[in-house]
Amino acid sequence: MYIYIQGTGCVSPQETAAGNTFPAAVLPWEGPRLKAWEPDYKQWIDVKLIRRMSRVIKMGVAAAKLSLQEAGVEIPDAIITGTAYGCLDDTGVFLSKMINQQEEMLTPTAFIQSTHNTVAGQIALMLGCHAYNNTFVHKGFSFESALLDSIMILREGRSSSILAGAMDELTNHSFNILSRFDLYKKEPVTHEQLLKSTTHGTVAGEGAACFVLGTEKGPNTKAKLTGLTTLYKPAGKAEISPDITSFLAAHNCSQEEVSLVITGRNGDAAGDEWYEYVEDTLFAGKPVAGFKHLCGEYPTAASFGMWMGNRILAEQEVPAAALLKGTVPDHIKKVLIYNHYKQTHHSLILLTVC
Amino acid sequence: MHSDVWIAGGGVICGIGNNLSECLTAFERMEPGMAHMEYLHSVHRHTFPVVEVKVSNAILAGWTGMSEKISRTALLSSVAVQEAWKSTGLGDISQYRVGFVSANTVGGMDKTEDFFADYLLDPSKGHLSQVVHHECGAITELVADAMGIRHHISTISTACSSSANALMYGSRLIRNNMVDVVIAGGTDALTRFTLNGFNTLMILDPAACRPFDDTRAGLNLGEGAGYVVLISDALAAELPSSHQPWCRLSGYANANDAYHQTASSPDGTGNFLAMQGALEMSGIRPEDIDYINLHGTGTQNNDSAEGSAIARLFAPHYPPVSSTKSFTGHTLGASGGIEAVFSAWAVKEGVIYPNANFSKQMKDVPFSPVTKFSAGNQLQHVMSNSFGFGGNCSSLVFSKNEQS
Repeated sequence: MYIYIQGTGCVSPQETAAGNTFPAAVLPWEGPRLKAWEPDYKQWIDVKLIRRMSRVIKMGVAAAKLSLQEAGVEIPDAIITGTAYGCLDDTGVFLSKMINQQEEMLTPTAFIQSTHNTVAGQIALMLGCHAYNNTFVHKGFSFESALLDSIMILREGRSSSILAGAMDELTNHSFNILSRFDLYKKEPVTHEQLLKSTTHGTVAGEGAACFVLGTEKGPNTKAKLTGLTTLYKPAGKAEISPDITSFLAAHNCSQEEVSLVITGRNGDAAGDEWYEYVEDTLFAGKPVAGFKHLCGEYPTAASFGMWMGNRILAEQEVPAAALLKGTVPDHIKKVLIYNHYKQTHHSLILLTVC
Repeated sequence: MHSDVWIAGGGVICGIGNNLSECLTAFERMEPGMAHMEYLHSVHRHTFPVVEVKVSNAILAGWTGMSEKISRTALLSSVAVQEAWKSTGLGDISQYRVGFVSANTVGGMDKTEDFFADYLLDPSKGHLSQVVHHECGAITELVADAMGIRHHISTISTACSSSANALMYGSRLIRNNMVDVVIAGGTDALTRFTLNGFNTLMILDPAACRPFDDTRAGLNLGEGAGYVVLISDALAAELPSSHQPWCRLSGYANANDAYHQTASSPDGTGNFLAMQGALEMSGIRPEDIDYINLHGTGTQNNDSAEGSAIARLFAPHYPPVSSTKSFTGHTLGASGGIEAVFSAWAVKEGVIYPNANFSKQMKDVPFSPVTKFSAGNQLQHVMSNSFGFGGNCSSLVFSKNEQS
């Protein structure tokens, strides 16, 4: 059984939500915090609801709506989301008030919207969708778990289209606290320099990307989701190579057939060594693209990478801003996305052109 | 794809017992666990009873070999996971391909709220060690690492139905031959965050909760963890006669109510669809269900909606039903796991659990819950319901080892 990408939607620090094509120019940024470029949500969401919704809910709903529109699907057979942090803004609001007001005179809205399944629940509510609804919250595997659940359900043969996606927001509190863990660059950095950096740390990002996955081609299908796997805490770089080789073999794909490798390179010197090792040992001479200089680093950033991989297959072109090295072949057939989050959560996603 | 998934064992810790055996004793003696808060520090201490695990973090840490400084949510999880694994007799965990799918709703919030008090005064203050395990997934990884599990780990958070969905996902991992064994369930410790959150919704009963009773006035929050060990057909066939599986996880379904972010639809549409879907997957009819472990939180809204959905699906043959939350309180992300252990054990030993504090039948529901403990019943199929915020509704069906 093939699993087709029927539609995609993406809200990110780039103008990806303006349409489903790759933005012509990179939105420049400076400093260690990238903010999502937010579309006019009124096209999808009631104005009264918009006012009460936190950014992660709005970004998630917008990405979901964009993907359903592209797929031509009104009501999917399942809604499955992944979010590492959940609804951080509402969590922070309720937590702060609870502490500052000594647990008195609190109101329910922020608490209600703080649960991790809020986005998936809101999408179901807006669509009137009674189907299967699930939310994965496992750090750097949140998006991959949502994809895997979707794949397994599609294989059961009773569903034709599933909405799967991931969303994470950055708030002032979360950026402050994550900065204290020494995750981000201290020196000024731009999108052109980030992936060439040799120092410690990366830049913080956020966003939402959704995919309608189905067992049949949709009117706008350009690629198949051929394979997905996750590797938790691999022992070292030497362990990752055989894992990638066996992953490709399991999906009948030779190394030669991979037209492009997209890596999760984020400018953190130690973390990027994993990508360099794989590029040099397994994919020497292959073209390599990156994406975290466009969306920043966050636990579900691989969803942006998959959105970009699908666009590249659809347009048969790698945007100049994304290409890091090598020459792209005329026909881009298979794209391998290798990502890791903080060297702990590694994932492989294989896409094939239709 | 059509192979069975078996329950090889289970473990539980909650406010009525630190293991399954202690919980069964509490049911038999009709001893619910509601009490004043002892371990959670809240200004509402004397207002709302809770169902705490009556053990300090230091003692839980001693039992599990973990640090007493980590989140209570991880400590509770570890206790129940260890009991679940031991109960299977599967031995050395490293010889299997093992998955760990654990659910929770607020991760390490019990520590985060302490951190935040310092942090709000000065953003450079607050011990980072208190917030490093804030994420839901961090709790799962603490336990996975302690158990030596790395083939597949994941965390699910769908509010009060979280751990029922962990069983479904775990079951799929086995059916897809990704792993041989999955420890699936959930955990949640009491936090001020959830206590105050539920208080703003005005659904906390200042007295002991009375699920499916006409006088019910809300829920009591509890804490705990519960896990079952799911195994494949192939592994079940190899088990020695001394350690036969408890039962099969024969059916499950997840549906969304799509009515309101927190409230259930009056007719319990999502509840109905989840129960109907689970029966369909099990290949059985409503009259084949011999006992329902209700979601039964004790709120006006939940019990009416769940009752309506049961009436619509089961009338006129109502099986015995009860809400074990009348003993354990509502343990949120852990409840589906804890109740899965109770339900799987119910099939194995023919146990029907009592519903405490029941006195007056609900006007809008044509049946009432069982009020006495009994064992040795012939139970072929047991249903367990878990419904939550976000419209998330899930039902599981546990069935006797013989194919029906």
